[in-house]
Amino acid sequence: MSITRDEVAHLARLSRMALTDAELDHFAGQLDQIIAAVARVQEVAAEGIPPMTHAVPVVNIFREDVEDPCLTPEQALAGAPAAEQGRFRVPRILAED
Amino acid sequence: MAAARPTQLTHMSAAQIAAAVAAGEVSAVEVTQAHLDRIAAVDPDVHAFLHVAGLGALAAADDVDRRRAAGEPLGLLAGVPLALKDVMTTADMPTTCGSKILEDWRPPYDATVTRRLRDAGVIILGKTNMDEFAMGSSTENSAYGPSRNPWNLSLIPGGSSGGSSAAVAAYEAPLAIGTDTGGSIRQPAAVCGLVGMKPTYGGSSRYGLVAFASSLDTPGPLARTVLDAALLHEAISGHDPRDSTSIDAPVPPVVAAARQADVAGLRVGVVTEFSGGGSQPGVQARFTEAVELLESLGAKVFEVSCPHFTYALPVYYLISPSECSSNLARFDGMRYGLRVGDDETRSADEVMSLTRAQGFGPEVKRRIMLGTYALSSGYYDAYYGKAQQVRTLISRDFDAAFEQVDVLVSPTTPTTAFPIGERADDPMAMYLADLYTIPSDLAGNAAISVPCGLAPEDGLPVGLQIMAPALADDRTYRVAAAVEAAFEQRWDGPLLRHATGLRAADEGAGRTPGRGSR
Amino acid sequence: MTAAVAGLVPFDDAVARYEPVLGLETHVELGTTTKMFCGCPTRFGLPPNSAVCPVCLGLPGSLPVANRAAIEYTIRIGLALNCSIASWCRFARKNYFYPDIPKNFQISQYDEPLCTNGWIDVTVEGETFRVGIERVHLEEDTGKSLHVGGATGRIHGADYSLVDYNRAGIPLVEVVTKPVPGTGALAPVVARAYVTELRDLLRSLQVSDVRMEEGSLRCDVNTSLAPRGAEWGTRTETKNVNSLRSVERAVRFEVERQAAVLDAGRRVVQETRHFHEDSGATTSGRSKEEAQDYRYFPEPDLVPIAPPREWVEEIRASLPELPAARRQRLQSDWNLTDLDMTALANAGAIDLVAATVAAGASPADARKWWLGELARRANESGKDLTALLITPAQVARVSALVATGTLNDKLARQVIDAVLAGEGDPDTVVEARGLAVVSDDTALLEAVDAAIAANPDVAAKIRAGKTAAVGALVGQVMKATKGQADAKRVSELILGRLS
Repeated sequence: MSITRDEVAHLARLSRMALTDAELDHFAGQLDQIIAAVARVQEVAAEGIPPMTHAVPVVNIFREDVEDPCLTPEQALAGAPAAEQGRFRVPRILAED
Repeated sequence: MAAARPTQLTHMSAAQIAAAVAAGEVSAVEVTQAHLDRIAAVDPDVHAFLHVAGLGALAAADDVDRRRAAGEPLGLLAGVPLALKDVMTTADMPTTCGSKILEDWRPPYDATVTRRLRDAGVIILGKTNMDEFAMGSSTENSAYGPSRNPWNLSLIPGGSSGGSSAAVAAYEAPLAIGTDTGGSIRQPAAVCGLVGMKPTYGGSSRYGLVAFASSLDTPGPLARTVLDAALLHEAISGHDPRDSTSIDAPVPPVVAAARQADVAGLRVGVVTEFSGGGSQPGVQARFTEAVELLESLGAKVFEVSCPHFTYALPVYYLISPSECSSNLARFDGMRYGLRVGDDETRSADEVMSLTRAQGFGPEVKRRIMLGTYALSSGYYDAYYGKAQQVRTLISRDFDAAFEQVDVLVSPTTPTTAFPIGERADDPMAMYLADLYTIPSDLAGNAAISVPCGLAPEDGLPVGLQIMAPALADDRTYRVAAAVEAAFEQRWDGPLLRHATGLRAADEGAGRTPGRGSR
Repeated sequence: MTAAVAGLVPFDDAVARYEPVLGLETHVELGTTTKMFCGCPTRFGLPPNSAVCPVCLGLPGSLPVANRAAIEYTIRIGLALNCSIASWCRFARKNYFYPDIPKNFQISQYDEPLCTNGWIDVTVEGETFRVGIERVHLEEDTGKSLHVGGATGRIHGADYSLVDYNRAGIPLVEVVTKPVPGTGALAPVVARAYVTELRDLLRSLQVSDVRMEEGSLRCDVNTSLAPRGAEWGTRTETKNVNSLRSVERAVRFEVERQAAVLDAGRRVVQETRHFHEDSGATTSGRSKEEAQDYRYFPEPDLVPIAPPREWVEEIRASLPELPAARRQRLQSDWNLTDLDMTALANAGAIDLVAATVAAGASPADARKWWLGELARRANESGKDLTALLITPAQVARVSALVATGTLNDKLARQVIDAVLAGEGDPDTVVEARGLAVVSDDTALLEAVDAAIAANPDVAAKIRAGKTAAVGALVGQVMKATKGQADAKRVSELILGRLS
């Protein structure tokens, strides 16, 4: 078994998805299969092989420190599910520290 | 060379439409209207479009006509209609990515590709259906229902750019934009009998392309002819300072190559690992014939082994979910899109979790969890880290192969179009559709799919995949054009004429979906 | 606000038996014109969500592009901190969900920071501590939330929050020290001195306005305690340390608190704590033992940074004189002891003295005024020296007037008071108030004779040889002339009259 149902539930929590028990049951079996399949990459000897960066490797792509036009606050808030005083209104944030 | 121009506007190629509009033989408005009429007639059955921009398209067409009349210089594709995959942002149309979490979302900005199309005078007819956030090979993962293959409406049109391929194959538009991450342009093109091209990664801008897997996503053209695909390829490509990963070099001369259509002396490599028994017999048969055709046209054919290609699927299904788990984290109901469960007592975390549970479909959820797993501390080295290393080895396989040959070929996809519902809840079976296309996404090199016949057992289209080194996109067009020209002589016209799925609609006999020979 | 942990061990007792080890993480908002990955302005105080774009809002489809100036500023900071500059490094995604980070990941750097392995010297009470710099890296700042509905405007008890993304995407440099052992009883002041020194360094580099009160300089303080000679203890991280004074207080409190925990035979919990300005206490927050897994991976939307060596050397060559070097130079120029120089530094007076010297005063005079009269006035009004309404040039002028004998010390003080009160510059005040020293002997002799006449017995004593008694008569004359006389001259005249 590559992954347990509890671990799947943990992944769901980590990625902020409130899955139902039925979903967890269903996904656990599928993910178990998939993880076993993708684990095949571990068969490949890759000592000292660098990880892939880009197809056409470049470095140092920068922009100059010059202003670009912004969105208006109306545009920024246009899709907001809730807004107040020109800000995005979000549900209460549980204390972090 | 050029076939006689069809009488129906919707059966004309993009090149033919552009020429006719430029010559004043037909107005852009007329062309647009003809395509909107076609959409109205067949899209209830095909379901290629999520949004049709009727008035917007006619207004854009009118503008092209006005500018042409005023003698203003216009782009090569001015007045040509196009279907745009709903993963590209459009400021005047919704952008849903096939997901409920973005239902009715109106971006405040156009993608660079969208902007370039508009600047070129291309008429965007609307946004096409897709697997949710580009994850899938059939459009069955769309939250808005699947699109249907015009060859046979009970079959998948491929994915994730299934709406785009269905639209072009159904003559709703001569051109479409798709995006290819694991094969999502080439595979739909193959199963719908079209030309679909994945440019070199970075060849066109990802700014405004809602990200699935950032290091893999590539916008590209779908069309009914190689030349049309090349024209569209050129129109959207080129460096964009807003995309740090976009290539800062001239666009390869793809249109010239498409007109060149000559393979004499070209060295063609058949990928050993992809020509074993992995494909449907009819697919293998048509592929073999295509290789023989290339030989008869003067190419030299070799067998080339790319040993790490057999790991491409697991590498892809580690890297792409990892990147997507991060890219899709922003969809949480706080700033835009769906918000679920905010009853003014729940916490932000709870609302995020309810929103994402309801807003995402099962495939997206699976991949987010898979990606979260692969990136977790303790697992990173064995999964994501290892996958990126094996990816380098796959890229090196390509480099080694291209020392010996100029292009590599394989079937585009192991089977022809399968029935809607057949693999819907079998992710592993679904993933196999991308077996042959994935290596080019991982290495970022250029790869095209061009029709190479119908599989005898089911009469459905088969695609030939041609792969070239990074930045050698033109080479794929050259070979594809040669194949197309030779085959169309054999077939006495384009393959698509054999598509019977919409025969009833085509013959104006109402909306009963026809059946193919399956 | 929860009550403080059971008991504290008085600081001196705590450091007698335990060794503190410090660590500091400082975030600096760079003063670039635009944000780290987009062209939105970084100006403070704009209307909410008016300095945002698809990129810094993290809208679907948006992509980051790195700000060259931010990279340059970071290299500048790294070089000034004696770091090695990476020849090749990448940005990484730090993944976590929080409403103030629009993408629910922050583009930062993980195992490939731009600058590593540097140091900075901090001198406290004559002792110099070399604080190692582990790394300097670049990342993007978050948006800001207002918490609505709770009693104090803080997160606890809030009903909902309102988020402004103007700050999201502003370039942030994180400077992380290596652990700092061996500070003993000086731990709190060393921590404060480090942040002060770093702040002054950053200011001299002109990479940030480093205002802690505006949030452009933020500090997290790590403290651990262990019995003398034992292995280092478990460290806690204290956040919400918003001033230099708080840095010192936070360390002090943690030392006292952890000593009590250890005395009771318990374990110090590895956790994040929150500092409270009002009480000077820290309270428990998120436990670091359930440390968040940020699932770092290299940012695929950005390409690696490989600063060419010529560019790095150009930046190095353009570094200004750093505060430590400048202090050494001034100390030598002014011929001061270490103690004297430290006094100046502690009073925040170095720049003021330097400017006063530049305006013509002698170093000794400049010091005398700034550390004496002016420091006293600043303390009285609870202000910083720099906030006083007198300029170095004006101080230099007063000093010059004393040197030429136009003013004596007492008069000079009156002039300074008048300038501080807004009556104008020194010359104007002297003129308006007629404060110049009376240098005319004739006028003085009048006052002298009057004083002698009024004090016959004192005069007799002086005639008899008790010259020490002249003081009383001098005092009378000074009073009569409203202090506008040179006391020494007055004394001479009296003695002359009575000899």
